[in-house]
Order: sequence, then structure tokens, then C-alpha cells
Amino acid sequence: MNMLQAINNALDIAMAANPQVVLFGEDVGVFGGVFRATSHLQDKYGRDRCFNTPLTEQGIIGFANGLAAQGSTPVAEIQFADYIFPAFDQIVNEAAKFRYRSGDLFNVGGLTIRTPYGGGIAGGLYHSQSPEAYFAHTPGLKIVIPRNPHQAKGLLLAAIRDPNPVLFMEPKRLYRASVGEVPEADYELPLGVAEVLSEGSDITLLGWGAQMEIIEKAAAMAEREGIDCEVIDLRSILPWDIETVCKSVLKTGRLVVSHEAPLTGGFASEIAATVQERCFLYLEAPIRRVTGLDTPFPLVLEKEHLPDELKIYEAIKQSLSY
Amino acid sequence: MTGDELTIPIFKRLRQDGTLYREGDDVSLERVKALKIYHTMLFTRVLDERMLAAQRQGRLSFYMQCTGEEATVIGSAAALEDDDMIMAQYREQGALAWRGFSCDEFMNQMFGNELDYGKGRQMPIHYGSRDLHYMTISSPLATQIPQATGYAYGQKLAGKGRCTITIFGEGAASEGDFHAALNMASVHRVPCIFLCRNNGYAISTPSSEQFAADGIAPRAFGYHMQCIRVDGNDVIAVYEATCAARKITVETNQPVLIEAMTYRLAAHSSSDDPSGYRSKEEEAIWRDKDPILRMRHWLEAQGWWSEEDEKATGDQLRREVLESMKRAEKLAPPPLESLISDVYDTPPPLLQQQLEDLKQHIRKYPHAYPKGASSMGFSAQEIEQSRKAHEQWQPGGEQS
Repeated sequence: MNMLQAINNALDIAMAANPQVVLFGEDVGVFGGVFRATSHLQDKYGRDRCFNTPLTEQGIIGFANGLAAQGSTPVAEIQFADYIFPAFDQIVNEAAKFRYRSGDLFNVGGLTIRTPYGGGIAGGLYHSQSPEAYFAHTPGLKIVIPRNPHQAKGLLLAAIRDPNPVLFMEPKRLYRASVGEVPEADYELPLGVAEVLSEGSDITLLGWGAQMEIIEKAAAMAEREGIDCEVIDLRSILPWDIETVCKSVLKTGRLVVSHEAPLTGGFASEIAATVQERCFLYLEAPIRRVTGLDTPFPLVLEKEHLPDELKIYEAIKQSLSY
Repeated sequence: MTGDELTIPIFKRLRQDGTLYREGDDVSLERVKALKIYHTMLFTRVLDERMLAAQRQGRLSFYMQCTGEEATVIGSAAALEDDDMIMAQYREQGALAWRGFSCDEFMNQMFGNELDYGKGRQMPIHYGSRDLHYMTISSPLATQIPQATGYAYGQKLAGKGRCTITIFGEGAASEGDFHAALNMASVHRVPCIFLCRNNGYAISTPSSEQFAADGIAPRAFGYHMQCIRVDGNDVIAVYEATCAARKITVETNQPVLIEAMTYRLAAHSSSDDPSGYRSKEEEAIWRDKDPILRMRHWLEAQGWWSEEDEKATGDQLRREVLESMKRAEKLAPPPLESLISDVYDTPPPLLQQQLEDLKQHIRKYPHAYPKGASSMGFSAQEIEQSRKAHEQWQPGGEQS
């Protein structure tokens, strides 16, 4: 299965299991979404439960908030994460604060927002952004990013069933590129829990989503030089798994964090600050961040802009030789 | 603004003197309901007067009055079923009072005490009640409008014949949320009533600087929705228009827009001073159109109300509000734990740790955080001891 098929399969299972699950967004209905993540679901579950909306991101999330408050389980699609900003107010001021401001009289816990994010598809400025850090500053949301089809299915099912609003960001570069074994059955993977992909003793490499396969390539390059890397997929940006990350850094004494989003105010900064607080005396070298440049996302020089395996490999070596 | 300048006519039933425009017509409002509406209007007016005074005395940080718009808010609420959802903007306390929210419940929210359903998290007037199907108020303007569309969509899928009403001002109708909401509501055919209180001003901005067209009602045509413009100070007209809108929306799953032409007789909020942007003469014209007075005249003409009833009810309501306020002021603040509850369904580890760190800090300096300290079990005496102990400490000097 590729990642789109895994997501489609997760949505299918969620809709079959719970008649309250309702899917909507731009082109989500008969067309199945511009990436086809919702293919065939309108045929199967009807137009009431899987439908196109008008072109209005703030409308889609406002509508989803109300529907979730009413007791349904909306899964709203924002066609590209770059276009989530018209809905920023409805996500940050409404969805994230609904339970808190009403003292738990009302909540929109049933809400899941799916959105494709990230670069590597020659998408230029407005089809390549990774806006997770904007939302990570907002208590009340959960933010989840899968790295492959198996993860996507299990995490998406967990997101839909989680009693909190979840922003589920899908690495669109991997939609068709990432293929792997995915169980047919219904299964969930835990939110808020990082996964150690490979254990190592010399340095911790941390990332999420599409960055994970880049990090694994860099780790393989380093291993050839005898550097033993511990690779961790954070999986959830909010809340994030401080314990797993710090446990690893206490062991290795070194940390490289990598994400596609720009450096300044990126989520790597939050991780670095927390690790510094908790692991200061164990650190053998400064924490390194390998990220996109502090620029809008470019078109032609995309390869140069993105944090690739070579840039991570260099950061690993610098950390080891500090 | 008068009816003559508008292209869409205004539905009216009552003249200011309480007589019907068309004498001999039937009025669908029966005695018991009419008296309950009037009682709710009086309560809302008394609450507004007392709470504004309380704000001026510094007992309350903030308040917003419904004054002048009682007929719009309460007349429409009275036309709904009790379990239809109300998603209001902020000055619709009359609708909540109509549903039976008690004076104590209003006070508990405004004073943010331990009995406030919102756990002391929002400014005064951000009421909400799950039992009364009244969505907790959110400060950002117009955000409730597309939510009402979504809520109503869920009601349609549930198939129980219920609808949502969302109430907002003409200023809020300038926000993108409004347009998104109406468009989605008509495309997806939801049982939702959009009720615009066109009250003339958005804080200081008059409606002449808010929109160029003939009010809000004509926008319904662009969204293929039915609409009605009603005299918002005429409780019978508002009630009947909303009854008709409810019937249409529930039976056909089509949204309806109501524009109620009224006037915000009070300031926007207790932080506003209308004398800076409108004349006393203008306000006087609208004071003469007082919706409560208009209904009183009609009730008296029916023989359902008298001068004695008015005085007795007014006295009783003022007593009730004052006593309730005194009770609410004395109650404890919400417990310290409420700082971290309800952010998520359960507090994640980092939040739990932040609370623990905070508690440890408060244990050291209880006098600086008397509310938190008392909720952690510190006695007034212990807090005072801490204050004295730290008063002797001077920066740069010896700690005693």
C-alpha cells in the first residue's frame, strides 16, 4: 500500500465503524480530493457523509467546529497546509479553546483536520510549507505527522478517535513514493509517543514526517564511518514525547534535530531548549538544528533549500568532532 | 435609519403606544408566554442596570448591556423549542434568561467564582449552558456563525427536527466567517436561522460606514436564502417572524436570514462612551421607541398587566439581582487545578509538571498568590505570616 491508500483505508474503516464520522473539504466528494485520499468514500457512504465544500477554509473549519460541538466526528480536509491560514482563527481561537473556555460544557474533541504539507514536489512557495510550529504554540491542539503508510493508517485512526482536536499533517511528497506493508485490520498507534527506529550510542537524530527517510539516509552514511546513530521519529509535535527524546540524549550526549520548516522559531528550537534544560550536564556538544532556510520556500532551488542527508551528515560529524 | 429609506420593507405589528398596525388582527402570542417574555425583558433590563453600576463601582471588571434590543433577543428565543441550539455573539443574555438561566448562574459567571461553569476563565458575560442548549460565548467576532452552520448540519443528520439560531450584529456580518457560513448553509441545506441584530453601531462605527447596501437582509438573495426584515423593537413581530423562520428551516432544511432593525441604546460595553460618536438627540429618538415600553402598553391594553404589577415586579427583580450579586461575590475562586484542566481531555505530563512547579513556588510565597494559596489549603493566617516574613526582606539586604 502507498500512503494515500493507507489513509483512504483508515478513513474507510473509521466511517464504517462510526456513523458519526463525516468527511468534507474542497473536492473531497466524487473526485476523492486532489490527491485522491477520499476516493470512493462518497459512493460507499453517501453524499451526506462525504462531500465537497465551497472554497472557504475558514468556513470548512468553522463548520467542522460546530459539527464537532454537536457531537459528530468531522474529518475536515484543507487541500494544502499552505492554505490553512484563513482557518487559523477557527483552529487557534476556537477549536483549541472550546473545551477550556466552556469549562468542559462543550468540546470539539471529535474534530480531525487533515492537510498535506511539505516540499520536494516542485510546489514552490504555496505548495510546500510546513506550518507545524505555528500550531505547536497553541495549547489544546494535538499535532501528528506520520512518516510512512503503516504509521499513517494507525495514527490517523487514533487521531479520529482521540477526544481532542487533532491536526494531522500528511507529507505529500510521500503520498505515492512511500510504499510499505500495511495490515488490513483496524489498528491504532499512540498519539504523543515518539518511536525509536534504531538504537545507537553515539548521537541522537530526531525528526518527523518526510524528514525521517532523509535522516535514516544520513544515519546510514554516518554508520559507514563507524558512527552509531539513534534515530527517533517524534510522530506527535504536540504534545511531544519529552521523555523518549531526553532518555536518548542522556545516553548519547548528542542531538541533531531536523525539519523542513525555517530555522527561526521552528519546533527544533523548542526541542533544543527543553533538552538543554533537562540534559545539560550530559551534553557532549551543542544541539544542532538542520532545517530549511529562513526564506519562503523556493521553486527552482528547492534541493538547496531543503535539509537533505548531506547537510544532516555534516551536522553529525561536527557534533562528533566538537 | 427609517423604513422609508430601505428597499426591503420592515415587518411590523405593534405601534409604540401598544396598538396594532392593523386593528382587529390576531396575535399569536398568548397570555402566559407574553407575560413570561415581558418578565424576562424586565429582568434583563434590571440586570443590565445593576451590573453596569457594579462595574462602575469596581466590583466587576466588564459588562455588556442588551438594553434596547430586548425584543429582538427575547422575542426570537421565545419562538424556538427549548432544545434548539442558540449560538449568540455576546449581548444576548435575554435569550439565556428566557431559557431559565438563573440570576445566580449569571452572577457566578460574571464573578468567575468556583460555581462558574466556565471555571473563571473568560471575561464577564461569556455565559454558556449545555443543559439550556446555549453555546458558550467566544470573544472573537463572528466565529460562531459558521459553527452554527456546522451544528445545524449535525442536527439535520440526526433527524430530530431541531434547528440552530445564531445571533450576531451588523458589524459581525462584515467578517469573512459570516459569508462562509451563509454560503455553506445554503449549499448544504442546513436548518439554521441567521439572526442579525442591526443595532446601528459596531462600537463607534455607524452602519453607514459598515456597509454600502440596504442593510444585511439583501445578502440572503446572493446566497439563495429566504429572508425577512423585522422591526427589532416590536416583540410580536420578532416572535412571529422567528416562528415562521423556524417552520421553514426545520421543514425544508433551508437556512433563513432575519434582520432585526433595532438600536443599541446602551454603550457597546462598559469600556465604551457613545457620547464621543453619537448625539443625545439621536439616542432620545430611540429611547422613545423603547421595546419594553411598547410591549408594556400592549400588555396593559390586553388587561394582562398593570401599574401595580410593574412596580412589584421591578422591586422584586432589583432585590433578587442585588442579593444574588452579594452571594456570588463571596464565593471562592476556582481551584488552582482548573488552570490546567480542560486544555485536553486529560492534562499531558508537561502540564502536570508545570502545575507541580507552580505549587512549589506558591508554597514558598503564598502571600503573593492568595487565591491559589487558599485553594491549596493555606489559611489566612499562614498567608499573613508569609507576607510579614517577606516584608522584612529587602533586595540587596539581609534576609531575616
